Amino acid sequence: MPILHTVNKSPFERDSLDSAIRHALKGSSVMLYEDGVYGAMKGTAFADKVSGAMKDVSFYVLGPDLKARGIDESKLIDGVKVVDYSGFVQLTVDNDKVSAWT
Amino acid sequence: MSDIKNFLYLNRRAPYGTVYAWESLEVVLIGAAFEQDVSLAFVDDGVYQIMKGQDTSGLGIKNFSPTYSALGDYDVQKIYVEKESLDARGLTVEDLLDLKYEDEDDDWAEKDSIKVVSAEELAKLMDESDVVLSF
Repeated sequence: MPILHTVNKSPFERDSLDSAIRHALKGSSVMLYEDGVYGAMKGTAFADKVSGAMKDVSFYVLGPDLKARGIDESKLIDGVKVVDYSGFVQLTVDNDKVSAWT
Repeated sequence: MSDIKNFLYLNRRAPYGTVYAWESLEVVLIGAAFEQDVSLAFVDDGVYQIMKGQDTSGLGIKNFSPTYSALGDYDVQKIYVEKESLDARGLTVEDLLDLKYEDEDDDWAEKDSIKVVSAEELAKLMDESDVVLSF
């Protein structure tokens, strides 16, 4: 019963990303959007936590939110997949439910 | 006139997710228009406000980052970025907008507005300011 965990806050401002990762079971997905996209960047204080979770959990990031914030895809943690709005919708369909960490 | 004060605007939020960054910029421009002595500091997620290459076309909202480049024309010449905040985010000054001003005391030579400072240096700048406005 995979869950799509959505995170829309910066990991530096709230613990949404941390909580999402802590509650994501194997086979689940984490979708980063709005200010949540900063959690997908290489070299941050949270990057190791994301990379570490990636063996069990898939990470996605919303492309338009990356572009708005000037984050080039080359700056993303390896393995994070970029999706557009329809990709985001598809993820909500492909998972049994959505848990929003705001 | 002796009623010029030193205003330090402390920016701590990422752009677009909330309205803080845009509101700060509006107040900064108002302060500069009243010929006050204005400095900006970017701390914590505020450093994300001045990342280069922002393109909001996919969001349908205004990209206000080019406005930071106009600050030099409003005599806003002191822009401080906290080093500790950059480091925690894996960023360097190379990731930021190239902000300039023209120095009227030096034959209008174009100079960098951004200065990377430590938290300790920023604390001193706050101490030396007449007014600190946080966003």
